[in-house]
Parts: sequence; structure tokens; C-alpha cells
Amino acid sequence: MAFSLHGVHVPHRKNTQDKPVARMDVPQTVTIPMVMHIGKAAQPVVKVGDTVKVGTKIAEADGMVSSPIHSSVSGKVIKIQDILLSNGAKAPAVVIESDGEMITDENIKAPTVDSKESLMEALKESGIVGLGGAGFPTHVKFNVDPARIEYLVINGAECEPYVTSDTVTMVSRGSDMACALRVLSKYLGIQNVIIGIESNKKAAIASMKQLSEEVKDACTMQVKVLPAVYPQGGEKVLIYHTTGKVVPVGKLPIDVGCIVVNCTTLAAIGAYLQTGMPLVEKCVTVDGGAVKNPQNVMAPIGVSMADLFAVCGGLTTEPAKLIYGGPMMGITVPDDSAPVIKNTNAILALTEKEAKLPKTTACIRCGACTNTCPFGLAPAAISKALENKDADLLTELSVNACMECGCCNFVCPANRPLVQNNKLAKVFLREEKAKEEAKA
Amino acid sequence: MNSKVKLSVSPHIHSGKSTAGIMRDVLISLLPATVAGTVIFGLRSLLVVAVCVAACVGFEALFNWIIKKDQTVGDLSAAVTGLLLALNLPANIPLWQCVVGSLFAIVVVKCLFGGIGCNPVNPAITARVFMLVAFGSMTVQAFPTVVDTVSSATPLSLGEGAELPSLLELFLGLNGGAIGETCVLALILGFVYLLVRKIITWHVPVAFIGTVFVCSFFMEGMSFVGALEMIFSGGLFIGAIFMATDYVTSPSTAAGKLIFGLGAGLLTFIIRYFGVYPEGVSFAILFMNILTPYIDSWTRHKVFGVGGKKA
Repeated sequence: MAFSLHGVHVPHRKNTQDKPVARMDVPQTVTIPMVMHIGKAAQPVVKVGDTVKVGTKIAEADGMVSSPIHSSVSGKVIKIQDILLSNGAKAPAVVIESDGEMITDENIKAPTVDSKESLMEALKESGIVGLGGAGFPTHVKFNVDPARIEYLVINGAECEPYVTSDTVTMVSRGSDMACALRVLSKYLGIQNVIIGIESNKKAAIASMKQLSEEVKDACTMQVKVLPAVYPQGGEKVLIYHTTGKVVPVGKLPIDVGCIVVNCTTLAAIGAYLQTGMPLVEKCVTVDGGAVKNPQNVMAPIGVSMADLFAVCGGLTTEPAKLIYGGPMMGITVPDDSAPVIKNTNAILALTEKEAKLPKTTACIRCGACTNTCPFGLAPAAISKALENKDADLLTELSVNACMECGCCNFVCPANRPLVQNNKLAKVFLREEKAKEEAKA
Repeated sequence: MNSKVKLSVSPHIHSGKSTAGIMRDVLISLLPATVAGTVIFGLRSLLVVAVCVAACVGFEALFNWIIKKDQTVGDLSAAVTGLLLALNLPANIPLWQCVVGSLFAIVVVKCLFGGIGCNPVNPAITARVFMLVAFGSMTVQAFPTVVDTVSSATPLSLGEGAELPSLLELFLGLNGGAIGETCVLALILGFVYLLVRKIITWHVPVAFIGTVFVCSFFMEGMSFVGALEMIFSGGLFIGAIFMATDYVTSPSTAAGKLIFGLGAGLLTFIIRYFGVYPEGVSFAILFMNILTPYIDSWTRHKVFGVGGKKA
């Protein structure tokens, strides 16, 4: 690896990383959307009035790229209704009224895994999806020819400000991760494992070094300490900084022999293999200036933001922004009824002051955007090309390589909507291509 | 609750960098040169600075007001243009010429093209060239007498056989010239400040001054001292550090900046040795400004994951 990719020094604000993970009281209701993953929506297999327990399957995977969904509480299905997802789409959600007991489904037992096929089946039944944020179904990601896997890269970078749920997972769930690594290396022949962690997470680094000793008999695990530069945890950035491999635009990590898995996803796999309890809860960082007691909370899937804020002592002031995820790439939601889903790693309630952005002014061509972009894109030129609706130039500028990390926007002294324009430019190119194809 | 919750696309935080902050740093970096110019050429220098800054800011405010555009003088870029223009003028220049020059810089070069970020060439440089052409000898040759010394013109315009100031005098600026251009020491202080504050990179100034140095070295018969005299004379340092690094009119990438500096250096050398004007820095920067869009499109970064390995 000749160079480190560029990035930005974001304020870390990791207020919650040394605090214990709080358990919450049983919520009164949970709202579980049928879309918590990339792919087709899961199909509900329960109806209003059904009784469910913790771990009971409430929806079946639909098609190849999809994931089953399980109840996170015991109680009764009271509604199946459409809700607005954070991306603006509508999807059905199963609303379950809790009986307050949290009784585990009696059919839950550790899966029998004795082959690659049975491992894939187990991963599918676990309901586990990429917990780093993308939500790509894990059984699909691992379902490749084992000979193609050169490296398993574990993402422990957690580069977004505030968010520490992966960090506390690395510190406290090493044994779950060890179990997963043993099984994955046994049935997928994975030999080389590299975990990338940012240098500011000392406890996690120590814990992962211990883990690498522990799994020595099964695979070689390297702990790679990386500079705390955002977006260190971007998939292609992480692959480059851990293995030196460059994933070409439009290709997948497996095309260069890598599978990237988030550390929390790995811990979830280990937990499922040991207990058979599907993914029904998620460690979520609850932070932001408006939150009284910022901390990590082990949250049943489907609890509302409001419930989580309540666990953390409530909000001290009216928030200016409610965010799913970190402040660099997170998604804002209009109110605190939004549920925690499988890949929620943080919910933030930012104050007016934290959420204040400078006024957008004219581009002064300072070049900060292009000199900061980890991938060397020219965001200012892309914005201009988009304004001129110049599809050829946008293609030449490789806008489709953009991972939407937001560094360009963060550093822009004129606070221009650069990453937003990159996103729009990608949509524009897709539409132009569709038009071309329709003509042909 | 949450009636006031805002929805927006990420990112939701910002580095806090601003155009005004950058311009403030540029103004600070020009303070040493302003002070040195005042010490060397007397208090009238400050009057020239005040008139140029006030005129530039005033014209921009007035222009915005007339065309009903959002006021932009708060970004301090007009103040930077005014200060740079003043530092490029002799201390004894008639004040009405300062006002006309400022009008040209701000209204003709900057505002008429759409304001900050849209001007194709650097306003202060272009105004200086305009004044040179319009007011003839006023700008270049009739430099004021240096306080307590006898030299009266920029060393570059002294004829054969005239006594040149010593190297140390040149470095300290005790020679004829524009208010802010003679004291190399003060300009280097400003350069260091800009580097430390990460406002500019080393590429343009080093490539620019380095090219002039190397070319002069050969022209002066492999004379190290001769080459140093060439780079310490005229407006090379102020031009290379403060004018050629103007974001709007110079390339964005490191490779582009090196090409820009190299080109400006070569042009300066050619004009100085073979042109009719004794000084070529302003023209060189102006020409390179015009080439900047092309340099920019030739020197884009290689995009990660496109066409093989990363550059």
C-alpha cells in the first residue's frame, strides 16, 4: 500500500464508550418493519391476534436476497400496518403488544452446523444482516465459493462521531466473535482474518488482540490499528488500508478476494450459533447534546426512539435533529416514534447548536473537496456538471465511485451541498441510462 | 413534541471552516508586509492601503446593493483584494488612481463576472496591470525614495552600471518598489503563517520562485548571488505567495499547482530578460490564470478504483 487515502478529522465525541451497556425495561409495544435489510421485504407469517414469544419468527424471507424477522418481545400481534421508513418509503410493520414477560420461544435451540450448507441455512434463519449500517443479508454475503475468499476483514473502525456500539461490542463480546470465527474458518476455509480498528479505541484493540490469541488454532487474525480518520470504516477504504487491495468501482469486495463483516455482525453470528436466538436485539448508542444520560442501550428490535431516550433520562431540550446513525452519514427522521431496526447502531438527538450548519455561499474553488475526498473525486466539478446536466462529463468524473461519506461537505468553507449533488448526479446518470436503453 | 425537528440530508455536522475565516488568515498573513512597507516607505503607505481597502469593500457593497444581491463584503475577500492591490502600488501614487484601480478590480474583474469564485483572473493582479497600462510609468518606474536611502527605482529597472542594492538590503526590502513587495523577510513570514494555517500549500510559491531562480542562475552566468538578486527583486515573492495562490484563479490539485507555478516562473523569467517591461510577475500570473481551467481538467486526481491501481 503506497498511500493512505485522504479523509477528515471529525470531532470524535465518543462520550459513551466507557459506560456500561444499559438494559431497558420491557417496552409496551414494538413496531417491527418488514424492511430492515437490503433486498425484498419479508412476508409476515403472523396475523393480528396471534401470540408470539421472544424469537418467534414473524416474517419469512422472500426470495434470494431477503431475511426472516423474529419477535423481540413476548405478547400479542395487535396491528399490521404500513409505516414510513427513514428513507421515505412505506413498508408494512408488525406491531406487537408486550405481555411484559419476555418469554423465550420454546423452539429456540442452537442450530446444528456440520457443513457449509447447514451454516448458510443457520445464517439465514438467524435473521442476521449487515449491522454496520448497510443491512445486507449475511447469508447472501457468505454464500460464495470458499476458494474465492482470501481475507475476512472485520470492520471495527467505527469512525462516525458519537457512535460506540461496535466498540463496546468488541470489548464485551469477544467470546461470541471467537465462536463465529471458528465456525466460519472451519466451513468456509477462511484462513486470514484482519480486523481494522481506529487507534482511539484502546480497550477494543486490547480485547481484539486477546481474541486473536484465542482463535490462533483456527485462523490467523491480525489486529490492524488504523489512524482515527473518517471514513476509515468505509468498506473500500477499510479493505485498502488492511489488505492493500483496491475494489474497482462497481465491483464487490469478493471480486478482490475479501469479505467484510462488521464486528457486531460477527458477534451476532456467534451468539446465534451458540444459542439459536435470532437477531432480536441490538446494542444502540443513544447520544447527542439533547440526551440527558448518553449511553449504549441493549434495545429490542422495534422499540421507539422515544423509549430509548426515556431509558437515558429523557431529553433535556427540544432536539433540532433526530438521527438514525452517526452525524456524517446518518438519516434524519421527523419524530421519535421511529423504531430501532436491525442495523441501527445509534440514535442521536442533536441540539440546535450541534445541528447548526453554516450558510451556503459561493464556491471559492479552494480545492478542499477534491483534496479531501478519499477516492480523489472532484466534487465541485461534479456539482457544476450536474448543474449543466452533462452526463458525459459526470461519467468522466466517475461520480459513481462516490461512497457518499460527506467529507467534501464537511470541509467546504462555503458549505456547498457537494455530497448531496453527488447523490443527485448518480440518480441523474441512472435516469439518463434508462432513457438511452428505452430508446435503443 | 418534536415539532421543530429538522429533516436534512447528511452530513449533519461541519468543520466550521468558512470563506471569511480563510480571508481573515490571508489578511493576517499580509500584516508583516504592510508593517514593513510602512516602515520603509513611510506613513503614506498606510493611506494607500486604507484607500484601496475602503474603495474595494465600498464598491463591492455598492454593486451588491444596486443589483439587489445578498451582501458579500462580510466574506472579507474584497478587503483582501484591496490590501493586495495597495501592497502592489508605490507609496506615492495619487489616491484617485487607487480608487480607479479598486473600481476596476472589484467591479470589472470580480462583480461583473458573478462575484467571488467566478472571476477568471485575479482582481488585484489584473487591476495592477490595468493601472500600469492606463497610468503608464506611475506604477512601475516612479517608485518613491526609500526612507534614508538613495535608490529610487526597482532594481530590475536600473540600467547597466547602476549600483545595485546589496543582497541583504534586497532581502530586508531597503530598495525601491511597491509598498508590500520589497521586504522578502516579511513576505516569507506571511508564507509560513499561511502554511501553518493550511490556507495554501507550498506548491505554487516554491515552483514559481524555484523556476525563476534556476533560469536566472543560468542567465546570470551560473551566479548564485545573481540568481538570488533576481528572485529578491521586483514583485516575485508577493506574487508567488499571495497572488498566484488565489484559490479562484489557480488550480486545485498538487500537480496542477506545480504546473501553474512552473509556467508562471518561466513567463516571469522570459518577460524579465527578453520583454519590454522590467517586471513580469503580474503578466505571468495573469496568463496562467487564463490557463487554469485547462490545467485543472488535465490534472484531476485519479479516482480510486477506476482503471486499475490508485495513482
